[in-house]
This record gives sequence, structure tokens and C-alpha cells, in this order.
Amino acid sequence: MEEKDDEGESVCRPVQPEGLFMRVKKNSIPRCFSTRLLTRFSLSPSFLSQDIRNTVGNIPMEWYQDYPHIGYNLDGKKIFKPIRNKDELDEFLDKMENPDYWRTVHDKTTASDIRLSDEQVDLVHRLQKGQFGDVNFNEYEPSVDFFTNEVMIHPVTNRPQDKRSFIPSLIEKEKVSKLVHAIKMGWIKPRKPKETTPQYYDLWAKEDPNAILGRHKMHVPAPKMRLPGHEESYNPPPEYLLTEEERMAWEQQDAEDRKLPFLPQKHSCLRAVPAFSRFIHERFERCLDLYLCPRQRKMRVNVNPEDLIPKLPKPKDLQPFPTTMSLVYIGHSSLVRSISASPTGQWLVSGSDDCTVRFWEVNTGRCMKTLEVGGAVKSVAWNPNPAVCLVAVESTVLLLNPGLGDRLVVSSTDQLITSYEPPEEDKEQAVTWALSEGPEHDNGHRLTLTHPKAVKQVVWHGKGDYLASVMPDNSSNLQVLIHQVSKRRTQNPFRKNKGLVQCVSFHPLRPYFFVATQRYVRVYNLIKQELTKKLMTNCKWISSMAIHPGGDNLICGSYDCRLAWFDLDLSTKPYKMLRHHKKALRGVAYHKHYPLFASGADDGSVIICHGMVYNDLLQNPLIVPVKVLKGHQITHDLGVLDVTFHPTQPWVFSSGADATIRLFT
Amino acid sequence: MGGLQKKKYERGSATNYITRNKARKKLQLSLADFRRLCILKGIYPHEPKHKKKVNKGSTAPRTFYLLKDIRFLLHEPIVRKFREYKVFVRKLRKAYGKAEWTAVERLRDNKPGYKLDHIIKERYPTFIDALRDIDDALSMCFLFSTFARTGKCHVQTITLCRRLTVEWMNYVVTSRSLRKVFISIKGIYYQAEVLGQLITWLVPYQFAHDHPTDVDYRVMATFTEMYTTLFGFINFRLYQTLNLVYPPKKLSALSASLARVVATAEEEEENQLDQFPADGEDLENMEAREKEQKEQEAQNRLFEGLKFFLNREVPRESLAFILRCFGAEVSWDKSLCIGGTYNVTDETITHQIVDRPDIDKQYINRYYIQPQWVFDSVNAKMRLPVEDYFLGVTLPPHLSPFVEEKDGDYVPPEKLKLMALQRGEKHVQEEEEDDDDDDDDEEYNDEVDDEDLTEEKNLKKMEDQRSQGKTLAVKVTPGKVKPWETGSVGNKVRLEKEEKAEEKRLAIMMMKKKEKYLYDKIMFGKKRTTREANKLAAKRKAHEDTSKAEKKQKKAKKQ
Repeated sequence: MEEKDDEGESVCRPVQPEGLFMRVKKNSIPRCFSTRLLTRFSLSPSFLSQDIRNTVGNIPMEWYQDYPHIGYNLDGKKIFKPIRNKDELDEFLDKMENPDYWRTVHDKTTASDIRLSDEQVDLVHRLQKGQFGDVNFNEYEPSVDFFTNEVMIHPVTNRPQDKRSFIPSLIEKEKVSKLVHAIKMGWIKPRKPKETTPQYYDLWAKEDPNAILGRHKMHVPAPKMRLPGHEESYNPPPEYLLTEEERMAWEQQDAEDRKLPFLPQKHSCLRAVPAFSRFIHERFERCLDLYLCPRQRKMRVNVNPEDLIPKLPKPKDLQPFPTTMSLVYIGHSSLVRSISASPTGQWLVSGSDDCTVRFWEVNTGRCMKTLEVGGAVKSVAWNPNPAVCLVAVESTVLLLNPGLGDRLVVSSTDQLITSYEPPEEDKEQAVTWALSEGPEHDNGHRLTLTHPKAVKQVVWHGKGDYLASVMPDNSSNLQVLIHQVSKRRTQNPFRKNKGLVQCVSFHPLRPYFFVATQRYVRVYNLIKQELTKKLMTNCKWISSMAIHPGGDNLICGSYDCRLAWFDLDLSTKPYKMLRHHKKALRGVAYHKHYPLFASGADDGSVIICHGMVYNDLLQNPLIVPVKVLKGHQITHDLGVLDVTFHPTQPWVFSSGADATIRLFT
Repeated sequence: MGGLQKKKYERGSATNYITRNKARKKLQLSLADFRRLCILKGIYPHEPKHKKKVNKGSTAPRTFYLLKDIRFLLHEPIVRKFREYKVFVRKLRKAYGKAEWTAVERLRDNKPGYKLDHIIKERYPTFIDALRDIDDALSMCFLFSTFARTGKCHVQTITLCRRLTVEWMNYVVTSRSLRKVFISIKGIYYQAEVLGQLITWLVPYQFAHDHPTDVDYRVMATFTEMYTTLFGFINFRLYQTLNLVYPPKKLSALSASLARVVATAEEEEENQLDQFPADGEDLENMEAREKEQKEQEAQNRLFEGLKFFLNREVPRESLAFILRCFGAEVSWDKSLCIGGTYNVTDETITHQIVDRPDIDKQYINRYYIQPQWVFDSVNAKMRLPVEDYFLGVTLPPHLSPFVEEKDGDYVPPEKLKLMALQRGEKHVQEEEEDDDDDDDDEEYNDEVDDEDLTEEKNLKKMEDQRSQGKTLAVKVTPGKVKPWETGSVGNKVRLEKEEKAEEKRLAIMMMKKKEKYLYDKIMFGKKRTTREANKLAAKRKAHEDTSKAEKKQKKAKKQ
């Protein structure tokens, strides 16, 4: 920019003040002064030489955009717009060529360009600098007092003073005398100086340690604040700092869930440690805890976990019991539902879902015989007396003669079957008894009892003449049937349906009959034909049941993983509930001679417990788990399906869903 | 049928508790006043044992106060003062409204106030009770004393808090009762043992507070009101025990001691334990106590005879406080604060505490150390070697003195090192020192390997110990055959172990449900602690491995 500071007119552009320049830039219209500024100071008559004043007033001039005129002058004549509007190029040329461009202002109301005179430019500059518009105005003139500060001899008014301004006021006197009286009487005292600082003294000079108020009996002192750990240090060991993932996890957690209420940080020096932003918050939260948080005394158990474990007799001292798996009987191709050992302990029979019944020799693990029975075998039971074996298949019950072992036993069994003489009058029976003949007879089939519904379980009476079969059905009273083999007679002992029967059992010594429904075990007296006891098992669904050979104790396995031991003399509620298994129990069994019982469950394990029953009625049975036997694989979520003890040895057989039978000795 | 019918909830625990709203109505107080009263009187809600019974069969969440507590509040004289104050406010408002300025002035002059002395006496019948409960009061007063005078609370409160805290610090200095200090990211923790009570407080760093909006300062102010009263009385009593006049004069700089006469000779005499004839366990106890006493005395004289100078960038007040607690002389620059007794140029200065990477003019006859040395030394109860704390040196981690590791917990290796140092074992040569390039590489490697081995062994040992504890306690795994036990003997041992484990497993099966639950809970907790400890150990190991690798790389580059 060129500078030429001369008085009067100059050809070159004069100095443009900084502010002015800025304004031009901002509006992006290459014009030096705003019109508004000018119109305010344009009232001097010399300025408007030709005096075209628009009379439209202060309106947006866009309203006249579409007209040839722009308003009306004082005479009411139209003021016409210039013929041609300036475009950008004109503007530019004007800017470059016109030396007076910088002092030219566009008046919107008259649509004409006005060139500012020198005085006007001067005025604008002065105003922009914040000076007065008038050049001759002196702002620092000496001030002249409005009134004189000298005291005048003559008063402004010459009115004489009132009388009342000379004599004392009676009312005031009254008031003062009252106050004086009050002071004399000591009613009004001078104000005590205020104590600003609190006074402290020895508060506990006469302390009485026994002065505990009644409410303090329940007083629970507030716990102290937790003391800081290493992670709160300004320079913690590196392992206490959070890794990137831990930090992310911390940030995503809710403030209440966080284990640490702050992020551990490491600072290289004390100087670099910033203020803790949540300091006041934490103090405040502590305050809230102190007066808002409900308090309760909680006894903390300070116990050695080893002391909690009950002291039981050592399993070593309770021997014999099965400890190892010795034999695996392989041959079935599907789950083995049921097994039963012969009374001599030489043979074992098993029924499986592959529609076969197999006879095994216990000691060798050899399969002696395989019988096809045309249906999944649900239950097998060896007759406790002779060598008759009984098999329940879908809707039939088969009596088989396995033909194993002593020839005499075999022949006596056959004789027993053939010695039947039909009675004179044939009664209508619930099942049909049929004698097998031909190839079936050669296979060992002897009698077939065709039941109306699917049979789930069969069980022999201890003497071997009676047998009971279970057909679970919720809707009919025909659920349990008792058959007498020698007379080929069948009877239905129950008239009423008391729920879905799960399993039944005969008392080993007395004429009692146990029926387990879903949740209860009912004990019936067969001679008196009445209900003697109803045992509450506390289980959701009973799966199996076994009766102690002594007859006074009973165990129930259930699908909700429990095993209930009942002492029938003691109570109708379980003496002990054992929750040893992790999954549903499928089978339970007592040993005939040894004080053992076993339970098999879906978790694939067989648990052997020592269950000693004393003859002394005052002594409760002793139950100690002695061994967990594992071996069965879990297939289709099923593990062990049935367990049974060897009649003479402390051995246990278990059949599983993995199509094997295992012997543990 | 005879007798009246028993109604529910008219006896027993339902009548012992009262809900907050009912209590408020009974006392005829506004919620704010009730809150204030509860804070001042130390009344807190109780959690009933059978909440549903107390709540008259409903399970809605409610807070319950003991009815006795509320009855006890009924004849509290301060309640009347609250009402008076309420009336005062009403009158004042009216006078303002009518523009009766003389009345306003008169009312102002007669503004009702109240004292909390009787409440303090009632809440803390004995002095020790009060001392036991002073932790929160200290922390709160220290916080309030750092507030700026910006209207968050009364200026008088701030000055009073400041005065009380300074008095407290001077008491601690004079009685030499500071025990532990800890620089945390929140502030500085101090622990003092006053008349046998451990008192811990937290002091924020000296910064302007960014006042949060979601904090009710009225609650805090009410607490502070109570705390300052309590704290003043406690200070009075403590000064009395030292035979000093309360309130003391001119204390603010923490430079001059209250009474130099008090400490030294007199105190030592007092501290001598009397010898009682004792035997057996008593004797052992006695010996232990005596030993502790000696240690305590040694700690109290930790910095005696040392002359410190604080540079201007270190926190002056806290360091001066700590150093003077352990018998050191402290000074600082005169332009920083009044109370500096000697200059930087003093030749007898032994330690200068500096918290900047380097300093221009250094004197030869003094140590230039970083402030952490003071804190670590106090916690270790011994003057730690100064080499680790020199200017520009990477500081060793600052450990919390409040952590007491039980067996099975993770112990940072620094702590192990420190414990060895305290036992008087020789400081293990650190590998950082052989960073010089004059020793040849192989030797270096060997050394490192050796150290690696020993360290790893240590780690393994620790882990073994831990895991042993774990196996015994938590689950039983079959024992392993150790090399020197192969053959029949080893088998026997293993079998025995297995048998025992199985026995235990079977016994656990026979546990009662309740006990089983408890047992499982304990075992779960134990497992968690071991897991956390293992995690920390693994993290540490990983960190060390990476740092070692980096160092080796650097070394390789150098050569």
C-alpha cells in the first residue's frame, strides 16, 4: 500500500485505517463505507445538493426489485433506477480505475453512488476511532460548578424557624425515659460480644466408662475405610497395572460392579501425579454410608474348612466291599435295562433293548445263551428258589428255563411247570397264561403271560411262587398284578388307582407289599388287605426301590439325584437323604448278607455305601460311603441303568447304557 | 375360646423398628432437619433380621430405624434449636421484605446458634472411644482445609479446619507417633499410633478442587461441623497429655517444634518397660513386646541427625511433617513459605529432596534424592540405600505399607527384597548395574542366567508352596512319583496319598447341606485368591521377560 500523507486532495489512495479495511473484507463487497453509517450523518444540507429523497421510508428495498422505479421523491414523482445495473466486472473496473472509488458509497434508497466529501471522510474516520464527531468539541474542558462552593451571607429563604425545633419532643422523652427505666431495672443489658471461635475444654475430664446409654446396646460401629493396597500406589509394581483388555473391561463395567473403583496408574515421579478427580465424591459417599447405610451385625464364620468335614470310620475298616472292576460282559448291542443274578451266584441274566435276553457265567464272563424275545426287555428277575427265570417283554411276561447248571434243577423246574392241573371252573383272568411248545420250548420258553399293557417291572416273592408285575398307567386301577405260578392264577390287589406306580417289591420275611408311586411309597399288608404305612420320600419322582434283607429298612432312588433311606420303625420320613450322585438315580440295591448298598446313576458311577443296621432298636443305622466305582461310559445322557449284588460275594454288577455289564469285586 | 385374639405385627420385631417417614413425622421435623439430626447424633438405619416381618408382610424396600433411637431423639435439646432457627429465618425474611433494616440487624445479632459439646460427650463417653472414631474426622478436615474460599462452605469452617489439622500434625510431630505413610494416586495416607490407637487419614494433593455438582455440600458441612467440634476437644486433650497449652500459637509453617523440651529425656524414661517376673508364654510375650518397643524407638529416631532441604517442587508440608516426625531438621527456600531456618547454601545439609530430572548447582557433600526415599524409608523402618533414589534414576515401585500378606497371597518381589534387607541380609546385586560396557558379554550372560535361575527357583518355590496349600485344601490330584521315590516305596506312598484323597472325597459327600455350602464357599474364596495371586505372578514374569529382552537388544545394538 502506498502512503502519501498530504493535506488536501491527493490523487493516490490515502491511508485506509485498519478497521475499515477489515470491514471491506468481511462484506466481500468492494465498498469502503457502509451506507447505514452515512445515512445517519447525512443530514447536512450541503450533502444533498440535488435533494432526491426517497419517501418510501425504512423498508426492505427488495420490494422494489421488479419495478423500474425505486420509490417516490418529495413531489410524489417516481425515482427511477439507473438504466443498467453494475455487474461484477463494472465494479472491478470501477475499483481499478476510479480514484475516488474508496470514498464512493452506494445509496440503496436512491440507487445512486455518492462520492463523500473530505469532511465526511474525516468524520467517518473520527467516528471509527471512537472520537467525537465535532472537531471543535473539547472533552477536557475545565469543569464549572453549577452552584458556587462559597458560603453566601444571605440565606436562600428567610423563613423563621418553627418553635418545635427549639423545645424537646415529649414523645421522644417518653421513649427515652422508658428505656432508662428498663436499663435501671436491668431489663435491657448491653449486648455480649459474640464468640466467633469455638471454645474447647477438657470434655472428658470426668469420664465414666460405664456411662453407656441404653441405645448403645444395639450400637454397631461403622466399619473403617479400607486401607489402600499396592495397586493404589502412584508408582505400583508393574503387575498391578491393568493390561489393555483389562482396562477395556473395567471401562465397560458399571461403577458398582467394578472391583477397583479407580484405574491403577504409574507416574514416573511425584511431581507428575495429578489431583484425584473423585476425591470429594469418595468423601461424600463415605458420609452417605455413615448416616444412610443400614447396619447389621453379621457373624463372620471363622472356621477351618478341615473341621467341617465329618469324621467317618475309615473305609478300610469297613471292608469287604467291591473296589475294582474285574470283568466286563460284552455282547449286547443296545442298552442293558436290567440284570439279575441267580440265587447260587453262578449265573447272571440280562435284558436289553436289542430284544435279547442273555445268560452269562459270572466267573468267566462267557455268554452261555442268547434268547430272542421279540421286543425290548424291560426287566428280568431270577426266581429266588429254583432256576426259573422270568423276563418281562413289552406286553408279555415270559417264564424261561435257562437250562443251565445242574440237570436236576433243570428237570425239577420243568416238573414244577408241568405239574399244573387246571381247576374245574375256569375264571376270567386279567392275563392269559399260555404254555410254550415246539421250538420255543426247546429254547427254554415255558410260560407266556400276555398282559393288556406294557409291563415295566417284574419281581419275585422270596419264596419263588408269587410274582408281581407292574404296568404303569395313570388312568386305570390295573397297574399291579400278582401272579401265582403253581396255580397259574392272577389277581389285581388294588381297586383304586393311587397314582402312577413306579415299582413294587415284596417284603422279604413278612406278608407286606411295597408300592412306590411318583412321590410316595405305600406299604400294604397282604393278609389283612389294608394300607399300613405311607412313606413320604421328599423326592420328586421315584425311580427305584430296594428293601433291606432284614425288612426294616428301605432305600429309594429318585430322578432328582437323591437317595432316601427309610427306617420303617422310626418314621415315615426319610432317616437320611443322600445326594451323592450328580444325576438321576436309576437303580439301587441291597446286599443279601453284607451291610452294603449300591446306587447307580446317569453320571456313570456306582456308589457303594456301607449301611450297617443294628439289631438294637436304639441305635440308628450307620451309613458311610465307601467307594465310587466308575467304568461305564455315558451314552445318550444315560449311564448306569441297573445295579445288583452278587448273592453271596461282596461283588456288584452294573449294567449301563453303553451295552455292557460290569462286575466290580 | 377365651383370650383376646392375637393380632399380627403388634409385638416382636415389628414394633422395634420404625420407617424413616414415620420417624420424621414423630419428630415433626423436615427431611433436611431430620438428616442433620441423624448426622449429629450418629443415628443410622438398622437392617432388621427378618425384614418382611418388620415391614408388616410387605417386601417393599424401606429403611428402618430403631424405635429406641428415635425415642432417644425426641428429647434432644438441639431439636428446639432447629425450630428456633427456622423461626429466625422466617422473621428475617419478613424483615427484609418490609425493608426494616434495624429489625434485620437486631435479628442478625440474636441469631440462634447451638453447641454440640453435649452430643460429643454423649456419643463418645470416653476419650478412647472418640479417638477410635477420628479417622473420618481427620480426612474430612484435611479435605475442607484445602478448599478455596469460594462459597462452597463458610470461610470460618475452612480456617477452623486448617487450624485444627495443623494442631494435629504438630501433636503427631511432638509425640513422634507417625508409623506409616503411603503416596497413592488419591493423596497421601498417613497412619499414626496415638495412645495405642491406629489412626489413618488421607490428605489430598495440593490442587484446586474441581467441585462436582452431584455432591450435597450441606451434608458434608454438617459432618464437618460435628467433626470440628470433636476434633477440637480431642486436640485439647492430646495437648494436655503432652503438658502443653491449648490452643498453641504460631504453628502454620510446621517448622518450629511445640516444645523441644518435652521430647527426649523425659520420654525415654517413660518408655522403659518395667521388668516383671514371668515365665513360659508370658515371658515370650514380654520379650516380643520389648523387641517391638525397641524397634519402635529405633524407628522414631530414623532421621535423627540428618539435615534436609526441600526444593520448591516437592510437597513441602507433607514432607516437612514426615521428616520432623522422625527427628530430622527441615528447611526450605525463604521465598516459598515462612519458616525456613537455613538456606540451600548451608554446608551441613545432608540430604536435599529434589523432584526434577536434574539440578544445576550441586554440592558434593549432600545426597540429592527423590521424595519417595523418605516415604519408603519410613515404611521400611530403616534408611534405605540412597542409590536407587538419586536424581534421574527410575524409581523402584512404591509399595503400600498397609498390606499384610497371608500365606497364599501374592507378595511382590520388591517386598521380598525389602524383607531380606530388613533381616540384615546383603542387598542382592541388581542386574541394572552391570549395564556398563566394560564387562564382556559372556560373563554378563552367565550372570543373568544365574540370576534367572535363582529367581525362577524362588518363583517356583513360591508357587509350589502356594499350590501345595491349594492341593491340600481345594482338590485332590493324584500325587506324582518323584524321581527319588520310584519303585515300590514310591508306589506305596502314592497309593496312600490316593487313599487319603478318596477318603476325604467320600467324607465331603456325607457333609450336611449347610456345612457343605459353607465349605464350598470357603474353598471358592481360597481358590479365587490363589488364582489371583497366580495371575499377578504370571504378569510379573511376563513383564520381566519383556524388559530383559529389550535390555539384551539394546546391548546387542551397542556392540
